[in-house]
Amino acid sequence: MPWQIDLIVLIFVILCAITAISVKDLLSTAILFGAYSFMMCLLWAIMGAVDVAFTEASVGAGVSTVFFVAAVFNTTRRTKD
Amino acid sequence: MKYIGLLIVAVCGGILLSATSDFPDWGYSQSPASTYLSNHYIEKSIEETGVPNLVTSVLADYRSFDTMFETAVIFCAGLVCFLLLRNYNRQKKFFYRHISTGVVLCFKDNCKNLPASKKFEQMDADWIPHDLIIMTVCRILIPFIQIYALYVVAHGDFSPGGGFQGGVIFGSSFILLAISYNLQTAMKKIKEKILGLLSALGVLIYVGIGIICMFLGGNFLDYSQLAKILPVDPIHVRALGMLGVEIGVGIAVMAVMVVIYVNIASEGRHDEGL
Repeated sequence: MPWQIDLIVLIFVILCAITAISVKDLLSTAILFGAYSFMMCLLWAIMGAVDVAFTEASVGAGVSTVFFVAAVFNTTRRTKD
Repeated sequence: MKYIGLLIVAVCGGILLSATSDFPDWGYSQSPASTYLSNHYIEKSIEETGVPNLVTSVLADYRSFDTMFETAVIFCAGLVCFLLLRNYNRQKKFFYRHISTGVVLCFKDNCKNLPASKKFEQMDADWIPHDLIIMTVCRILIPFIQIYALYVVAHGDFSPGGGFQGGVIFGSSFILLAISYNLQTAMKKIKEKILGLLSALGVLIYVGIGIICMFLGGNFLDYSQLAKILPVDPIHVRALGMLGVEIGVGIAVMAVMVVIYVNIASEGRHDEGL
């Protein structure tokens, strides 16, 4: 696996993590967490842990994003801080 | 205060980053993690368990006790979501729409919940018009998602996958039904009581297989003892035991995912949401 792909995916992971905690809109935070999980899934797949990548894709990027969105719809959409 | 926090985070992160240079290289064969047990798993797992996928054999056979309690943890998560969020108070207003004319009727409290007939359909308070394209596409897609989930559970011995992933995919097919139609349609397909029973049944299947092995004279979750009651050759009986355990995990995870989603999306009232 060429190191360039590794580097690009790692940069995306860090970008998603930083924007997810700095964005004020909680709905976009939920979506950014989904993107973060998907990038982590790619990292697991690059490292050869296909089972973990599968779990990350289905649980992290799939279902937990839906749970976050459902929780945001029933609470507030904007954070105070 | 914000800058002090930033400073502390930067210092701790710097220490952690400088400590990572002491780690052994990625995939280094002499590192402590890969010198003791993992060689045994890599070399012996196929002849000991008869399962080609090494991860499944470690998760469901060598470390089966761990996985049993992981399933119990997931069951507890669903139970806590139910206990904290479930709300049996009915909502105050009900909205019904006359299908052919589109007139919306609002019923205040003290009125019994009218069953939705062919002329009237119940709708959510903050109702979004149902989109024909979304409903049709999801209706076609959901059976394929469920078949794929069953494939992931059944094929977990040979390829990546297993009970957790398959259960999550099967549960998310019901969540997709609840999102694309509405929550009542999904709750008609799978009742709340059945969901509770299924989430307990999954854990029961797992523990039950372990106890059957004990009654047959082996240790708890020693699948090789199942050869006494199953007409299969002894090499494949461990794979069969693992498959049974994975099915239990899949059922529990599927039910718990739907329970958590329904309780969060409808604030525990199970009538309308998302």
